[in-house]
Amino acid sequence: MSAVAAGPLAGKRILVAKPGLDGHDAGAKVIALALRDAGAEVIYTGLRKSPEFIVRVALDEDVAAVGLSILSGSHQELAQEVLGGLRAAGAGDIPVFVGGTIPPQDRAALVAAGVKGVFTNDTPLAQMIDELARALA
Amino acid sequence: MSGEERVATPSGIEVPVVATRGMIGVADPGLPGAYPFTRGIFADGYRGRPWTIRQYSGFGSAEESNQRYRFLLEQGQTGLSVALDLPTQCGYDPDHPMARPEVGKVGVSLFSLSEMETLFAGIDLGAISTSFTINGTAAIIYAMYLAAADKQGVPRANLTGTIQNDILKEYVARGTWIFPVRPSMRLIADSVLYANEVTPRFNAISIAGAHVRDAGCTAVEEMAYTLANGLAYVDELIRRGGDVAKFARRLSFFFYVHMDLFEEACKFRAGRRLWAKLLRERFGVTDEKALHFRFGVVCGGSSLVAAQPYNNIVRVAIENLAAVLGGAQSIFTCAYDEAFQIPTEFSAEIALRTQQIVQHESGVAATVDPLGGSYYVEWLTDRMEGAMREVMGEIDAYGGVVKAIEDGWLQRRIAVRAKEKKDATDCGERVVVGQNRYRREAQADSYGEVFRLDPGTAARVLEKHSAVKRKRDAARAARALDALESAAAAEKENLMPLLVECCHAYATVGEMVERLKRCWGEFQEPVRL
Repeated sequence: MSAVAAGPLAGKRILVAKPGLDGHDAGAKVIALALRDAGAEVIYTGLRKSPEFIVRVALDEDVAAVGLSILSGSHQELAQEVLGGLRAAGAGDIPVFVGGTIPPQDRAALVAAGVKGVFTNDTPLAQMIDELARALA
Repeated sequence: MSGEERVATPSGIEVPVVATRGMIGVADPGLPGAYPFTRGIFADGYRGRPWTIRQYSGFGSAEESNQRYRFLLEQGQTGLSVALDLPTQCGYDPDHPMARPEVGKVGVSLFSLSEMETLFAGIDLGAISTSFTINGTAAIIYAMYLAAADKQGVPRANLTGTIQNDILKEYVARGTWIFPVRPSMRLIADSVLYANEVTPRFNAISIAGAHVRDAGCTAVEEMAYTLANGLAYVDELIRRGGDVAKFARRLSFFFYVHMDLFEEACKFRAGRRLWAKLLRERFGVTDEKALHFRFGVVCGGSSLVAAQPYNNIVRVAIENLAAVLGGAQSIFTCAYDEAFQIPTEFSAEIALRTQQIVQHESGVAATVDPLGGSYYVEWLTDRMEGAMREVMGEIDAYGGVVKAIEDGWLQRRIAVRAKEKKDATDCGERVVVGQNRYRREAQADSYGEVFRLDPGTAARVLEKHSAVKRKRDAARAARALDALESAAAAEKENLMPLLVECCHAYATVGEMVERLKRCWGEFQEPVRL
């Protein structure tokens, strides 16, 4: 995917990943398209990737941020595994964001575990881009 | 744009201020029960057979789901709909590394016949109809259901129900594919043709538009993609030796209904008519029952909203009405908390009661197709049928659905649609009350009861899994799996009897899938944005 020169995320390389077995990818693709519109260079993993795989791609591609899309209810476990993997590889500074069907009461726990931000399908894309741009500034 | 100013349906069909006689092509839409079935497939509509109230549920272990099913049956539910966990859907045993965090999460774990037996303990399989939302491993789960019926002593011919078994839309939207497209099509043809003989009252496929719809496409596209998939299955079944006049009687369909009441009702009227015409035009089918477009509906999904979630009860009621006015054979109403969690028993009961209120209090089911003959409804039905044909023409022009999916063309179209819908919501053009209109901030306590899975479930499932493998007749299981593998490699033989034997031998889903992967490989997802 070629990067667009302008936009609030210009020059940022962002990994959009689908960890686990969840097959709902509409949200991940919408996010990927929105990030690209905002100037980011987007790497989308496709479905059913293990946390190990996602960590490896994040390192190999030297990404500025990782977005995990999870609608299966396994967000806590999967996010923790990705965060742990990044830390173990000495890349704990790469911010990880989570999007999907995340029950309101679960959000604080994700943030406590080290997730930088949680987005759901009612988060306006512009707001998500703003938050990312701030976090990656 | 406000609701008052809206001039087009969500599918983009511009609607008139008032519809008049001159706008409709055929003055009389005919009678229900007669070709082309615009007004319904049965002359007496819901009087002869009310729609089946079929709530989708299942979570955790077979024991936990069994309890929920018994509760729902006691409450007057008339059919079961089994939600399976992702490992079962994707063909992994619970001890596989990819499966671990997902065991029992979005549905019940059915890794072997032992779990199917537990799931239906105390429930007579000859007396209920059961629907399984299963695709990649549909043939295996169907085989397992047959084996469970054998164990209960229920004659297979008495079984009623449905397996979704629609792999094409999995590649496009739902994502539980396993094998490449072509061997998957074979597996579907094998199960449908086998079911025609062995369980003549069982729907071995439910061709589903629901998931592409929820992934973002319009009502018109939902129906068009689904009918295109339906035609691809008909082609494959004929290629495998099936008689279309016979197997078409057992094809069924499944859709979402979202919030535009008339567009949704007309979607079903148009789709029902178009399917009958397509079977007649393309395959020369004349048998009336084979032309019947029977469908189930789910109300809710992505049309439900996490903000002010109790409003979803109202949304689901309107959608429920649209499904009934469209002539659905079975309906599932989502619970209001579906937008953010697995429904609680409390929210699940409201969803069930919603249907019962529509069925018994509203009076809409008393007269067949009560909208029939309305200038607006007949006009919109015509317009939608035309628009559906256009979309199907685009797929044909590309080279058919199988090619469109293998290339990722259809997936990309849907992703772009999803982005458009999101943009329209963000800017307020698509109104979502409580979210982008009339929003109230900081209603922290408005979510209601919280659903919590028993955290010990996964460990218990794992324990049962190893116990089953320990206790079974290992030689019988190995023989059954070997036979499956060689038949899969050979192309000719119908795999269903071999899968049933594997199930009886307590081979696991993961073991069966592993053998088939050895022969067929795995689908390589085209990731194109």
